[in-house]
Amino acid sequence: MSELWYVLLVASFGVYVLLDGFDLGAGALHLFVARDGAERHRVMRAVAPVWDGNEVWLIAGGGTLFAAFPRLFAAGFSSFYLPLMVALWLLVLRALAIELQHQSRDAMWLRFWDVVFAGSSALLALVFGVALANVVRGVPFDGGEVRFVPLWTDFRLRGEVGLFDAYTLLVGLTALLVLAQHGAAWLALRLARAPLPRLAAASRRLWPAASLAALFSTAATFAVRPGVLDNLRAAPVLFAFPLLSLAGVAGTFPAARTRPRTRFLASAALLLGLLGSAAASLWPQALPSSFGSGGLSLHDAAAGPAALRTMLWWWLPGMALAAGYSAWVYRNLPAVED
Amino acid sequence: MEALDLHRLQFAFTVTYHYLFPQLTMGLAFVILALKTLGLRRRDEAALAAARFWTRIFGIAFIFGVVTGIPMEFQFGTNWARFSAQAGESFAQLLAMEGVFAFFLESSFLYALLYRERDLGPRVHWIAALLLWLGTWASGFFIVAVNAWMQHPVGTRVGPDGGFELVSLSALFTNPWLWPQYAHTMLGSLVTASFVVAGTGAFYLLRGEHVAAARRCVQVALPTGLAAAVLAAFPTGDLQAKAVLEHQPVTFAAMEGLFHSEEGAALTLIGQPDMEALDLDNPLEIPKLLSFITYRRWDAEVHGLTEFPREDWPDHVPLLYYAYHIMVGLGTMFIAVLGLATLALVRGTLERRPALLWSLVLFLPLPFVANTAGWMTAELGRQPWVVHGLLRTADASSANVSGGNVLMTLLGYAGLYTLLSVLVVLLVARVVARGPAAVGASDGHAAGGAA
Repeated sequence: MSELWYVLLVASFGVYVLLDGFDLGAGALHLFVARDGAERHRVMRAVAPVWDGNEVWLIAGGGTLFAAFPRLFAAGFSSFYLPLMVALWLLVLRALAIELQHQSRDAMWLRFWDVVFAGSSALLALVFGVALANVVRGVPFDGGEVRFVPLWTDFRLRGEVGLFDAYTLLVGLTALLVLAQHGAAWLALRLARAPLPRLAAASRRLWPAASLAALFSTAATFAVRPGVLDNLRAAPVLFAFPLLSLAGVAGTFPAARTRPRTRFLASAALLLGLLGSAAASLWPQALPSSFGSGGLSLHDAAAGPAALRTMLWWWLPGMALAAGYSAWVYRNLPAVED
Repeated sequence: MEALDLHRLQFAFTVTYHYLFPQLTMGLAFVILALKTLGLRRRDEAALAAARFWTRIFGIAFIFGVVTGIPMEFQFGTNWARFSAQAGESFAQLLAMEGVFAFFLESSFLYALLYRERDLGPRVHWIAALLLWLGTWASGFFIVAVNAWMQHPVGTRVGPDGGFELVSLSALFTNPWLWPQYAHTMLGSLVTASFVVAGTGAFYLLRGEHVAAARRCVQVALPTGLAAAVLAAFPTGDLQAKAVLEHQPVTFAAMEGLFHSEEGAALTLIGQPDMEALDLDNPLEIPKLLSFITYRRWDAEVHGLTEFPREDWPDHVPLLYYAYHIMVGLGTMFIAVLGLATLALVRGTLERRPALLWSLVLFLPLPFVANTAGWMTAELGRQPWVVHGLLRTADASSANVSGGNVLMTLLGYAGLYTLLSVLVVLLVARVVARGPAAVGASDGHAAGGAA
């Protein structure tokens, strides 16, 4: 039962990354691809109807994590106390930027929220990458309890590491770049009738940077977690995830004839491939120990089988309902024109 | 201060601040739906204008509720890791349900309600208002269900490793603590929204501005508020007090400020608990009334605090006592003010009675105080337990997060929420200053910033 819930949890975080990923990415690019007030207003209108629904996948995913794996929720969130709090503040500021900016037309007010939206989006993308890297690498377990983890030490790969160091920042940078690329793909799709002149150039520059960063991050992961391929070797079907991300890299290649929808789907494949690979290699650990052994296993982190079975009864229909609302929203998006 | 106190202070501060917004939006969603229904059925433009005006304010309050709500769920893990690890199996499904059944609903239809009246048409827009109302009330339901479980943990068994195993999820929904508490909380929210709507309406009537829409505001809000205020006292408040008496007798004694057991106990109206002398200073009381309202017998014995071991007393008896008395005192005044104003409304004399209009304006902030005091009563009253009878608060905080780290984030929240306070006052004041006439049915986002 805990295996099934691991898959459902990873799937719902996957949907979160695909959906909120594009509005975070659009935010990170906001100041670069949209230069004047009218263009920035278009970016805001592209994300305004959907960002909140997208972010609920994070909140609902957090609740699902808490209910299905209470000990992972507790150990993970308390270990990452300070960066998580900062991420929460960034989420607060970002939501205010999107929802409050249009309350006034004053030039300084608009400008202020443009910068808050862009800065918080970029930093959140980075922090999410750093968080994922820390989960993949593990935290210091000491006799079943998680020790305090410093924010940073000397930024080297080995020895006493901090939450922010060379490895986790590299993954954070990768997250920023692949999400920015995803945001560019969404803006191209959503603003087809009112395109941003600078978007194509940004996509061209992002592709090599994002692809190289993903490659380096993968290589660095082999260095910090030598056993990362064990699961994939044991069950070769899991190689589908790295292959999916390779297909995504190929599909996001900025060829002029690629249709916006294709590029968006390719970017989604890249994100899902990366996340799926990380999730597949973690198994059966929920939060590995950075000492190599003594981490928190999924089985130990999970609620009891009876509770997990009960949860299935309402979770699956509830998520189907939620998908129905989302379908209504995305089918009835208001047009964004000049 | 110790780490535990800082963990508690941070949760208390963030949740108290957060609840200023949902208590308004849950009630306001109902008032907006009522105004829209009235407007559409009677083709009443003034009611529709009032609905648009309140939707505008709802949008602002709702986003502040969303942003201050995000940290709440995550603080269970960051600050209360031992509680989450040990007890999560038994109640966290309720938090997950809030996300799945309430937040998806609200987030999907909020934009439609706020910005798309014109292009979606009146019928779809009315449905969006209905779904938002359902979403906000569902959200409140799951949160109160979590709290009811913490007050009175049902459907749970302590397993061999000390973890709280979930025995029955449905027991959490039939928890005898839940339904009176939920009804009481929603009624409290309706009282807040009613005073905000009626107080603003009275403000416009006193100034002779936006009179048509202001009339609709008081016409809808006053009867709603009166009904809610009465039902909040009886039966829901009464039922809750009975539940506290039955399951948390020491809390009941602390709330009433009763230190020593008495036959024919008096009801205290005012008085200051003295924790050294274990008595009330300067009490103003009504003889025998506490015995009567508790047991329906004038000379029944009511148990005082000193009958219980000191380590089971709530750890802030005076604050608990004040919170409870403020809630009850304000609630009684609400019934009086709303009753008089509704009477005048029915007789058609309200607009000629400036004293009544003024009191509606001046009472506007007080239901926020009463609702806050009510939650403080529930939360301080549950102490020293986080899960009543099963897990003490002292054993619930994160062991690997030091007091210094919590103080830093507490200061961070204080700074961030100061900014939020400035913004919300600024934005709401702007909308109120411009009045209902200035709010059209247009798409605020598409118009390039609302007028």
